[in-house]
Amino acid sequence: MKPPPFDYHRPTSVEEALAVLDDAGHDGKVLAGGQSLVPLLNMRLAAPAHLVDVNRLAELAYVRSDDHAVRVGALARHAEVEHDADAHAAVPLLRQALADLAHPAIRNRGTVVGSLVHADPAGELPAVLALLGGAIELAGVGARRTVPAAEFFLGPLETARRPAELATEAVFPRPPAGSGSAWREVARRHGDYALCGVGVLVTLDRDRRVAAARAACVSVGPTPVLVDLADAVGGRPHDAADWAAAGALAAAAVDPEDDIHATAAYRRHLAGVLTARAGRAAAEQAAGQAAGEGAGGG
Amino acid sequence: MAEVLHEARLVVNGVQRTVRVPARRLLSDCLRHDLGLTGTHVGCEHGVCGACTVLVDGLPMRSCLLFAVSVDGAEVTTTEGCRAADGGLGPVQRAFMECHGLQCGFCTPGFVTTVTAWLRDHPDPTEEQARQAIGGNLCRCTGYQNIVASVLRAAELLKAEEPEGSGEPRGGAPVDQEGGP
Amino acid sequence: MTTRIFGEPIARREDPRLAGGDGRFLDDLGAGALAAAFVRSPHAHARVLDVDVGGALDVDGLVAVYTYEDLDGRVAEPLPLLIPHPSLHAPRTAYPLANGVVRHVGEPVAMVVASDRYVAEDAAGRIRVAYEPLPPVVGLEAARRAERTVHDDVPDNVAAHMVQEVGDARAAIEAAPHKLELRLEVERSASTPLEGKGVYARWDAADRSLRVYSSTQTSTSVRMALAAKLGVPVDRVEVVAPDVGGGFGVKIVHPWPEEVLVPWAAIRLGREVKWVEDRREHFVSSAHERGQRHQVRVGFDDDGRLLGLEVEFLHDNGAYTPYGIIVPIITSTQLLGPYKPGAYRVQFHSLYTNTVTVTPYRGAGRPQGVFAMERTMDAIAARLGRDRAEVREVNFIRPEEMPYDHGLLFQDGRPLVYDSGDYPASLAKLKKLVGWEEFEVVREQARAEGRRVGIGLACYVEGTGVGPYEGAHVRVETNGKVVVATGLTTQGQGHETVFAQVAAAELGVAVDDVTVVTGDTRRFKYAVGTFASRAAVMSGNAVALAARKVRAKALRIAGEALEADPGDLEVADGVVRVRGAPGTEIPLATVAVLSNPLRYAFDEQARRATQFAVGGGSDAPPVAEDDEPGLEAAGWYSPVRSTFANGVHAAVVETDPETAEVKVLRYCVVHDCGRLINPRIVEGQIHGGVAQGVGGALYERLVYDDSGQLLNASFMDFLMPYASEVPKVETDHLETPSPLNPLGIKGAGEAGVIPGAAVFAAAIGDAEGLWIDRMPISPSELWELRGRKGDG
Repeated sequence: MKPPPFDYHRPTSVEEALAVLDDAGHDGKVLAGGQSLVPLLNMRLAAPAHLVDVNRLAELAYVRSDDHAVRVGALARHAEVEHDADAHAAVPLLRQALADLAHPAIRNRGTVVGSLVHADPAGELPAVLALLGGAIELAGVGARRTVPAAEFFLGPLETARRPAELATEAVFPRPPAGSGSAWREVARRHGDYALCGVGVLVTLDRDRRVAAARAACVSVGPTPVLVDLADAVGGRPHDAADWAAAGALAAAAVDPEDDIHATAAYRRHLAGVLTARAGRAAAEQAAGQAAGEGAGGG
Repeated sequence: MAEVLHEARLVVNGVQRTVRVPARRLLSDCLRHDLGLTGTHVGCEHGVCGACTVLVDGLPMRSCLLFAVSVDGAEVTTTEGCRAADGGLGPVQRAFMECHGLQCGFCTPGFVTTVTAWLRDHPDPTEEQARQAIGGNLCRCTGYQNIVASVLRAAELLKAEEPEGSGEPRGGAPVDQEGGP
Repeated sequence: MTTRIFGEPIARREDPRLAGGDGRFLDDLGAGALAAAFVRSPHAHARVLDVDVGGALDVDGLVAVYTYEDLDGRVAEPLPLLIPHPSLHAPRTAYPLANGVVRHVGEPVAMVVASDRYVAEDAAGRIRVAYEPLPPVVGLEAARRAERTVHDDVPDNVAAHMVQEVGDARAAIEAAPHKLELRLEVERSASTPLEGKGVYARWDAADRSLRVYSSTQTSTSVRMALAAKLGVPVDRVEVVAPDVGGGFGVKIVHPWPEEVLVPWAAIRLGREVKWVEDRREHFVSSAHERGQRHQVRVGFDDDGRLLGLEVEFLHDNGAYTPYGIIVPIITSTQLLGPYKPGAYRVQFHSLYTNTVTVTPYRGAGRPQGVFAMERTMDAIAARLGRDRAEVREVNFIRPEEMPYDHGLLFQDGRPLVYDSGDYPASLAKLKKLVGWEEFEVVREQARAEGRRVGIGLACYVEGTGVGPYEGAHVRVETNGKVVVATGLTTQGQGHETVFAQVAAAELGVAVDDVTVVTGDTRRFKYAVGTFASRAAVMSGNAVALAARKVRAKALRIAGEALEADPGDLEVADGVVRVRGAPGTEIPLATVAVLSNPLRYAFDEQARRATQFAVGGGSDAPPVAEDDEPGLEAAGWYSPVRSTFANGVHAAVVETDPETAEVKVLRYCVVHDCGRLINPRIVEGQIHGGVAQGVGGALYERLVYDDSGQLLNASFMDFLMPYASEVPKVETDHLETPSPLNPLGIKGAGEAGVIPGAAVFAAAIGDAEGLWIDRMPISPSELWELRGRKGDG
């Protein structure tokens, strides 16, 4: 299982990378973490004529947290984002979801942006981006654009990125004050792709009632399925909300398929169970934050 | 129609090595065949089994999912680099031996590097933590139980030798050495 | 006094090398060799119309391309049928390269040899094969219906049909107060060692000799096969098993196509050639096992005592039968476990399908048989409302009934006679270890917490140490070191250590002074191989017997040198002494010098020896008629039949009421493999086997679609367990020594895996109040089962 030959490019600036990608067009692939791409190459399921190695683009190796969002550069490794204290404080859901992503050796090399661009239907990060209403920065020769999550994931392994574009940054907006989040997934083995994974974001108002609650589910449709849980739990006190009903909403919204690991019916069932579990946990976290703030912490 | 060769300079187990390899040469093959370091093993070439795990700039990574040229300039540590200064077994390797943490030995190099790095950051693990530490490497022979014991024993051995060193692979100024196909 | 060494859990001798990264596995050898790669069929069943190699020819670094047309002599013949059997009425084996037809995805069609593997794969990718796809046969159902066939001349897809019976089972069942019928199924899995197969061949044109390294479980048999196939005289072929990264059965079949073709190419090209199997190849062209479907009918009395047992099963043997029908024969016989079945009738059909060939995988048919028997026991207990352990006990063969003749023939063609074992004691120990009697308390406690737990147990008996023989050679060198060689092979079982322990114990030397070589035909030529939990029994005893001969000779010579009666001599720490007379001694090293009448004083040892006088004097020849020079001997162990180990496993599981995920809370093993040479190594074997049992019960299933495509030919989708999936194993053991061999040992290699499916089906079923008849089971499947029961 050795990769096929390719022309190798190792640009030292983003501009250079964009120029090479522009030339290569459909025959070019970006090599960042490589944890998804290299297996495909080793199995000869992909044979790009050009490989553009962007690991030299140090300017893209950052994780920055500001008042608005956590901004993850294209070369930030999963592990770096997972362990970044500021990022965790700003967007706890990132670390919550990353903990279930493969194994540490993969996370040490794979990149968050790369995972988003790969857009595996069972991947955790597209759900996180979608749930938070984030966006991807795409750069092409002489052009930059920002694509919101809702428009970025088009299908299984398919995104709005054009072949000549380089995804340079992922923006994960901070949840509103009074929010809590949780990630729950069921995988066959620890670290495997999820049979179903759900991220939930719950925002409580000052009375600690549910002001907003949303779920994003993976492995139950071609792209992450976003579900507004307000009908089930909106306005309810955080500890008396009907999370089972929220789960039912999610179960009804998803569109899973059978595969060798699980039936569609089981996945649908999991979407419900995991939404309820994640919702309950997210609400608890939100309430804990609120309690902390009330006690003069925060 | 010969393939274009690229130069890559790597510090492997403390020694500067230079290779000239095709871009598609996997780091696993480069270490094993271009540099003659056959301690690292290849079990799947899709990143799941972990037998090929080496440390790149101190972090465990799957060498079967890296191109040698892509890690040009990096410091790489293989299981050979986890030996003692006199070439005998290093503390992690010795722990595996003491605890019968290997049978066929094929997966062992990936565990040794993974555990070496992990214990650096978690010098005092519980049994549960030790099991989690090895959760990304496959073994078909041992059923993992003795590997968990090996992790705990390695922690003890490392603590015992603390005054001398921290279990890090030997550093110092790299010695230049040409290598390659 | 030599410290006790037999039975000591000493650290392994192979570990400084293996733990330090100094192992020499197949791909670590042959740095300058050319690399082979194969074009393999993408179709499950197809005619091969044309192989167009043109596109490969201008790949830089290509050295040769071969198709079937290039094969000559015996290489062009089908691969051998290793184990014929009268019931195997339609055996079929493959050609090394497809001869006009392919019968499973992965079957080799062309071989490429190039400067390295990357280039070889490039070239292979450019070879255009024209196939005419044929309808494939996938699954036992389709094979049985035989609307399509795998082999044109086997119209019912049946390779073998075998019946064994003792008594009249059907009548006994008819007459029984209670009857049950069960349908059971075990799915296909595979050995999947971390290291795949590999062959490295070196032809010496000057010497006209061939050396082949192969990641095999039987170098001696590969040697014989290659000599025959390649037309090279046997004494010009040597085969070496290097360090091998796991076998678990898949490396016992020989010769693999690649084992023939790589040396063949090396001879033709006059170059070294090496082939290293990659992971995808291993999935689609090495062997699988386990797929069987059983129908059980049982008649029993009010106590659950078996009166009659009738088993019919279908065995999926894949596209070819190189290894014969060993697996279903083992299923047929080992199914009986520790029980008296009353009357017993077992019938199987071994069926062809267009899938990868089926050959033994650790357990080799026993897991399926034990699944059938243990599910039957559980069903009987459920029917009668009795304790599941009690029902088993009622059926046990008692220790006083040993040896127990079942009246059947075992895999070695010899009578199935259990020699020893104390099944009631094994079960009692297991019940205590897992807390069987107190489990209802655990269950209630869990229920109060809203948790679901269950417990299951399973018993098995394992025939080990199957013959026909193994041999060993032991030599004391003039420096006092002991060199041991045996012909069978090693894949992680610690043979360098355990056989050194045996030799050291027998000879009275330090274990550190003993080195052991296995699997190298240059060092030992007659052997069978490592499989079927036989190595310790077979070679362990052979080493002991050889060492005893050496010891006897040493005492004879030492007796002459010391002018003492050999009966008054003892050996300890490598020195022969007169018992009770300190100072009257001679080192074994010196005895070794004395054993060779030609004593050039090359070293200090030889010079020192001159102070002793041995031999018959000037009227006798220096080497007596029945003697030979050297302090060495060969020993052979050839058992009259297999020796039977046994065990009982129990598992406590928790199932998630919502997600149906299964968590293993406890796994307990009581095993009896007779005396233990090295308890730690035995325990390691148990742990590893249990992990494969867990894998086989909860995670591992090879899935073929209707067109014969293997859907999970990678580690991403074939789910071997990580540490997070494997429980800690609690073990206890019994030792009922084997009366069949001098060391009293029994095999332990497969014990850990055998009852896995049975134990987990029982435990999960117990937790859920469900009947589980098909393994492995995933959370999705468990959830679907709940739904059918109305418990969604």
